[in-house]
Amino acid sequence: MNSPTPLPPIKRIDPSRAPKVVDPRHDTLGAADAIAAAVAPGSSNRVERMRIDDLSIAYGTKPAVRNVTLPVREGEVLALIGPSGCGKTTLLRSLNRLTELTDTAVATGSITLNGDDIHALEATDLRRRVSMVFQQPNPFPMSIFDNVAYAIREQAARRPSKSALAPLVREALEDAGLWDEVGDNLDHPALRLSGGQQQRLCIARALASKPEVLLMDEPCSALDPKSTEIIEELITRLREKVAIVIVTHNLQQAHRVGDNVAFMYLGELVEYGTVEQVFNAPRAERTQNYVGGVFG
Amino acid sequence: MPQSSAARSERRAERSLGALSSLVLVLITAMCLFVLLKAWPSFSHNGPMWFGWGGNVDDQLAAIFNSPANPAKWDYTIRTWPILYATALLTIVSVAIGIVVSTLAAVFIVEFAPPSVKRVVSPVVRLLAAVPSVIYGLIGILVLVPFVGNHLIGDGRKNSVTFVVQLSGASLGVAVVILTLMITPIMIAIIADALRAVPNGWKEGALALGANRWRVMWTVVVRSARPAIIAAAVIAAARAIGEGIMLAMVSGSVGFAPNPLDGITFVFEPLRPYAATIVDNAEGLSVKPFGQTIYAMAAVLLFASLMLSLGGTLAKRPLRKYGVRL
Amino acid sequence: MSTSTQPKVVHRRGKDTVKSWPLPDRIAYFSCWAVGIGLCLVAAGLILFMLNKGLQYVSLDLIFSNPAVGSDQSQTGGFLAPLLGTVILTLVGTIIAIPLGVATAIWIVEYGRPTRLARAVESGIEVVAGTPSIVLGIFGLLLFSNGIFSFMSFRALGGAVAGRSFLTAGAMMSLIALPLIFTSTREALQQVPAQVREASYALGKTKWSTIRKVLIPTARPGILTGTALGMGRIAGDTAIVVILLGATMQIEKVGSAPIVSTLRGTGSTLTSYVYNNSPAGEGNAPQKAYAAAFVLLLLVLALNFGIDILSRRSKKEIV
Ligand SMILES: Nc1ncnc2c1ncn2[C@@H]1O[C@H](COP(=O)(O)OP(=O)(O)O)[C@@H](O)[C@H]1O
Ligand SMILES: [Mg+2]
Repeated sequence: MNSPTPLPPIKRIDPSRAPKVVDPRHDTLGAADAIAAAVAPGSSNRVERMRIDDLSIAYGTKPAVRNVTLPVREGEVLALIGPSGCGKTTLLRSLNRLTELTDTAVATGSITLNGDDIHALEATDLRRRVSMVFQQPNPFPMSIFDNVAYAIREQAARRPSKSALAPLVREALEDAGLWDEVGDNLDHPALRLSGGQQQRLCIARALASKPEVLLMDEPCSALDPKSTEIIEELITRLREKVAIVIVTHNLQQAHRVGDNVAFMYLGELVEYGTVEQVFNAPRAERTQNYVGGVFG
Repeated sequence: MPQSSAARSERRAERSLGALSSLVLVLITAMCLFVLLKAWPSFSHNGPMWFGWGGNVDDQLAAIFNSPANPAKWDYTIRTWPILYATALLTIVSVAIGIVVSTLAAVFIVEFAPPSVKRVVSPVVRLLAAVPSVIYGLIGILVLVPFVGNHLIGDGRKNSVTFVVQLSGASLGVAVVILTLMITPIMIAIIADALRAVPNGWKEGALALGANRWRVMWTVVVRSARPAIIAAAVIAAARAIGEGIMLAMVSGSVGFAPNPLDGITFVFEPLRPYAATIVDNAEGLSVKPFGQTIYAMAAVLLFASLMLSLGGTLAKRPLRKYGVRL
Repeated sequence: MSTSTQPKVVHRRGKDTVKSWPLPDRIAYFSCWAVGIGLCLVAAGLILFMLNKGLQYVSLDLIFSNPAVGSDQSQTGGFLAPLLGTVILTLVGTIIAIPLGVATAIWIVEYGRPTRLARAVESGIEVVAGTPSIVLGIFGLLLFSNGIFSFMSFRALGGAVAGRSFLTAGAMMSLIALPLIFTSTREALQQVPAQVREASYALGKTKWSTIRKVLIPTARPGILTGTALGMGRIAGDTAIVVILLGATMQIEKVGSAPIVSTLRGTGSTLTSYVYNNSPAGEGNAPQKAYAAAFVLLLLVLALNFGIDILSRRSKKEIV
């Protein structure tokens, strides 16, 4: 891993665009330093899966992510929070290089997976190791079995037989808590499932290839409360298996499922820390404003 | 009472538009009736054997043309198998090749081509679709046919079938090549539209699972655009079945059924489908039994294209849900 | 601030190489490229070949002289009559097709009742689009040889109606253009936002006057596009000309009324001229066939791409 190099201080946002609820002078330099220390390598004894270092992403000339530094650690759930349009999705999609599908997107800085630059890995290789669940459930128009087996089939040099796939598919569906519901109907079309089931199917599909990191972009925003609850439980259970980065605009959800929370605002990382610390003792003024209303 | 008169003129407008629109239905009905009535004597004299085999179809056509003046002695005997076979062979082979070529081309245009190449390929496809069939035929008969006849068919090959048929270069092979070129652009347009309409979420989902770009297209995008491929094939088949002019020019215009057992020679054997037969014999339409025989061929084409339109409509139905309009 | 002195690594595309794919996938990928490039090469070859032949054989002489009887290519004249024939036939066909196509599209989109009839009409237009033009031609001959249509063509001394003329051929040609005009008008009408119609009704306009004053002007670019494509199709069709126009060498007038005599008469077009001068026809004058084909190709491509260029230019002016 990299030796700790001096990190750039978190840049302040344009004061004219900052919320004026609290005097910006209270957003003390101390907060920025504390956060820089928290995201620095070696600040935790858990293994670091991914490291985002001084990452900036722009669509054309319009910046979406600015100078973000963040660790993604094994056994932990990292929750990305922030108001809509602050660059959460962009940051998440850059972790498995899906931002490259947008022609105008340009990134600077570095992202590593187990110490390797992700831009030097084959895209296919990277994406099977860093898997993703989207905001809208997007099961393929195939059977449930084929959906879950998709990633395994695409990764094998030779097409594996159905019987070889069956235990892997079952394991993934069990991990996603869907086996009890669909175990008997694996050949049913996936598009007939309910929204919540579809999203869990997408989670199973993403888990089937045994990724090292699982990215989730507001996985519950299209779902009803009951399904949301099931998926939150699921995330809590999965954290031992895979490092999870979840984007959410729902603070309670971040509080329920997150171990660490990163708060983004206008593309910048404003706050980073453990759940307790960010929600109970936020260091930056803007975090206080944002999370303040939640538990009042 | 200005209001009621306005309402009346409104109703009149709707009725006139509706009547004008319904003309097309009247026309189709008239077309089916007229053609079938005219063709009936030929069908009724031959029964199902109209489609059967026996004798030389070109000799039979000549005999019908030279029927005596007395209507009681008119000759109607015809066995159109070689023509039916030629129509089916040309259509099936060129549509089959067309499906492969146009699917690959559509994937290229939608997914693989860099933007600068895309800007060239799309107008190229439209250009190939716009070229009149007589120009394809002209190039075929003046360039491809002599080339094949002089360079690809050796004397040995010519002699091997000399008692059955003359090999001049105008052949199944040349006909298939040009016919495929003619039907491919429209297939590409339909398939590319459908590929573009496949929800982006499926594409991203597959990419995010580590599938490479070809596998994403093949396993998810092309797969969900299958109805479009079928619709494209049906529309292309309708084009191929009805293509008369170009095939009259390059197919050799012989009522001969190429024999696959002849090996490679098969590709160089001439043939003539229904549409080209009609074109070749347009002069004789006023000769009674002959005209009726030719109209019977038109009736077969009309029936086939009606069936294909119906099939196309059914095939396109699943496309609506992606919002593809054809 | 402190570390921004060294340039940062810029990532647009990370590693994503085709080389790492399994062999079948690589073959498929390169086949896609091969087919795409192949199509471009074929198109380029075709255009260059026709250009070469065209520059070689087209001359003003050919364009401005009429076909003549002769024993070799130097004596058979030019193709003025076929060129005029193409223009006349295209105009006749389009003039019939536009009102039909536009009216049908308006009726389908704005009224569409009874639903069943509307659906039948839409399928009917698809059937027409799928009917081979040779069948349309041969049906037209049958239809227009009827006594009641004798005003459209020529009645022989015995009373038999020829059925062959610019009018009858144009009527059938209109069926080739109809689906194209219908489809693009329908698309254009469907894209007019509902607010536009509502705003017009709110001003107290009736539906019919909304259609006339608001919808048709809005849909005009669509109608024009469809018309241009339809004209290209008509100009390029041969089968109907061979059967219904007679493909006579000159324009043969019928009667003495100024324009009507031409319309009732027979003639030829560039397409039938090309066909007849190819080895497949009686003329067998390849050079003339190439020359006429070149002019025909220019005409058809102008009709197909002219609208694009015009609309792009007008869009630029707006922006
Ligand atoms: N494909 C894109 N092209 C251009 N701009 C984009 C694109 N996607 C997102 N943006 C812009 O980038 C910023 C961040 O967007 P996003 O990452 O989606 O935010 P969030 O997920 O936090 O709501 C927004 O201002 C958005 O408008
Ligand atoms: Mg988002």
